Amino acid sequence: MKILIPTPLRQYAAKKDTVDAPGKTVGEALSSLTSQYSDLRRHLYTDDGKLRAFVNVYLNDEDIRYLQKENTPVQDGDTLSIVPSIAGGCCCCQFLAVGS
Amino acid sequence: MLTIRQAELDSLRRHGEETYPHECCGVMLGRMEGDGRVVEAVVRAGNTRVDSPQNRYNIDPRELVRIQRQSRERGLDIVGFYHSHPDCAAQWSQTDLAEAHWIGCSYVITRVDQGRAAVTNSFALEGPSEEDKRFADEQIQVLAAEAAD
Repeated sequence: MKILIPTPLRQYAAKKDTVDAPGKTVGEALSSLTSQYSDLRRHLYTDDGKLRAFVNVYLNDEDIRYLQKENTPVQDGDTLSIVPSIAGGCCCCQFLAVGS
Repeated sequence: MLTIRQAELDSLRRHGEETYPHECCGVMLGRMEGDGRVVEAVVRAGNTRVDSPQNRYNIDPRELVRIQRQSRERGLDIVGFYHSHPDCAAQWSQTDLAEAHWIGCSYVITRVDQGRAAVTNSFALEGPSEEDKRFADEQIQVLAAEAAD
């Protein structure tokens, strides 16, 4: 299946934006990906082998957390998107609240 | 360096004015060029932090997936993100750094004072890994509207 590589991770995937990774499940496809590009593993997974909390994995348009996670079965033509989280915000209001 | 046309810069600054007193957020599409990034388009995104929108933002990953798909169809990459700080400095906060994970991309922040966009700054997220990431001040090169790509 096709795995879309986000901008920050392409340097660890031979600068590719898409990688073909076989597998019957999401987990197998990701394992295939990190077998092809071993440097990706530490950026996707914690030391105990879990996907990092800020790494979102979508099977087509569905978050795998709400499917069967890495056991989610995949089919020909499916696309896996790796999408790191994007969030933030200023801290000023917190400091103002504390001081008031 | 972040290179952006005046129209796109105005667009992301205006977004912050429209959402004031809440933080706005969005995505910058373009291409990587050397050590810098060139912005071709900005795409507004929704802020899912309805619990604290005056000082927090979050882009729904599902929306990012859609934006990423559309950017690829246009031959563009996600090169960065923007958000606003209502009545707060256009400087990254510890929250901004903790929640930044797109190493190699630009993070643009606009200070919006009483509903008017003030200074806009850009920061490049650098580092070999999530554990060693840091923001580096980044120059914004603004191209005039009629500048060629």
